Amino acid sequence: MSKSAIQIETRGLNVSFHNSPVLKDINIEIPAKQLTAIIGPSGCGKTTLLKSFNRLLEIQEDVKISGEIIVDGKDIMTSGLNVPDIRKKMGLISQKPYPLPMSIFENVAYGLRIHHGKNPKKVEEGVHHCLQEVGLWNEVKDRLHDPASRLSVGQQQRLCLARAIAVKPEVILCDEPTSALDPIAAQQIERLLLKLKKDFTVILVTHTLRQAKRVADYVIFLYFGMVVEHGLADQVFNDPKSPEMKAYLSGEIS
Amino acid sequence: MLASLAIVIGSLILIVSVIVLNGASSLSLEMLTQTSEGSFYLGSGGGFLNAIVGSLLLALPATAFAFIISVCIAMYLQKEFIPSRFSSFIRICLDIMWGIPSIVYGVFALTIMIALGLHGGSVLFGIFALTLLEIPIITRSVDESIKVVPHGLKESAYSLGSTRFETSLHVVRRQAMPGIVAGILLGFGRGIGDAASILLTVGDSNYFPTSVLDQTAALPTIILNLAGMPEKTVQNKAYAVAFVLLLIVLSISILTRYFTKKSSKYIIK
Repeated sequence: MSKSAIQIETRGLNVSFHNSPVLKDINIEIPAKQLTAIIGPSGCGKTTLLKSFNRLLEIQEDVKISGEIIVDGKDIMTSGLNVPDIRKKMGLISQKPYPLPMSIFENVAYGLRIHHGKNPKKVEEGVHHCLQEVGLWNEVKDRLHDPASRLSVGQQQRLCLARAIAVKPEVILCDEPTSALDPIAAQQIERLLLKLKKDFTVILVTHTLRQAKRVADYVIFLYFGMVVEHGLADQVFNDPKSPEMKAYLSGEIS
Repeated sequence: MLASLAIVIGSLILIVSVIVLNGASSLSLEMLTQTSEGSFYLGSGGGFLNAIVGSLLLALPATAFAFIISVCIAMYLQKEFIPSRFSSFIRICLDIMWGIPSIVYGVFALTIMIALGLHGGSVLFGIFALTLLEIPIITRSVDESIKVVPHGLKESAYSLGSTRFETSLHVVRRQAMPGIVAGILLGFGRGIGDAASILLTVGDSNYFPTSVLDQTAALPTIILNLAGMPEKTVQNKAYAVAFVLLLIVLSISILTRYFTKKSSKYIIK
């Protein structure tokens, strides 16, 4: 991997909740403009790793984080940084979609307004563009001012994606974005992520191995809070080195 | 189950019907449109429009002040701002404040009033006592509704790069709106109906107050005065006033339902 293409790098990252360690000495590099899948059994720290990239863990209590997380060459764990600016670079799509308690239009306009100016015409164009981008425009163009909660779960997830890209992030963090969706909606999201990796670095936490195999360029395998194996998807899936990864691939552990 | 239902509904119907039967018959248009005359308490004519206005002038500003203070406290009580061991301590304090009898707030306001050299009561100190009375009620109600805002929703707002302030103002506020509305109206309902806290602080008057330092009549205090009179016709006036107060509280409760429903349109479940 060429050095310029690294989006996020962690050095000796440790995270603990209530004094029990969740992530132990994580050292990884995540390539830019590619789709990186974080896989591993439930409860092994996948989501925690994902949420450490935009310092989202800090809004919970009793979290201790140490080590470096380098984004664009700068350690985001340095104290005194403006945290909203760090988060702005990373959109988050969570397991269950949480639209904001506003209309469909306002959901997308929210991020545009707080970061890119309030000019009504530009906001309107931006909303249109982002909804087009996630394939939601035609479905909602006649009811833009309806509450977002009236959309189906699959539509809500795509709305969350539109809302995230409206902020113009560099990275899109996805925390099992398809696990609450029906197969068709899930496929739509997968296709979108593949499309979006042209412009964004996509990091996908998933516990379905098949999904990782379908979409990932790069894979990080976590096991009990440690990175057991990471590398190009082909290499990890076809030629696993560690016994844990082999067991996970063969379905002995899931 | 039936017995508890019967006790609750029975006592409600009993109270309301006694007030309506006695109140509605002695209520006249004159009473609603005129201010009190000299010996209103002794059975002469006039009305209690000054007390209706007085009550609103006490309860509306008190609710506004209490609301502003309460929302700030409630927002600040959330775990993004202070550690939960502090917030739970503050919550206990608020619950104790909620339990303090309102006469104590009245005496407290009176003590300050006397210390400042003011005598005889004023609208200002009535508002002060009512504000104190309403703060714990509104704060706890708003606090509860903010506390149940889903964590995932807050995460969504934060990961869009909103600051804590923007998240509270634009996202948490909207999600908690029904609880906030309910809190305001709960506080107002308590404020307008409470007699003890204003008994010692607002004095009495036959006229509309023209400044915040004027004395004023208020619905709960004139009920107290009228009901204590020996004459039956005067006592019935107390029922008439109670009837008006009941109508005000009832309309607040209807308003609460309407606004709660309206503001829950965008809520994320």
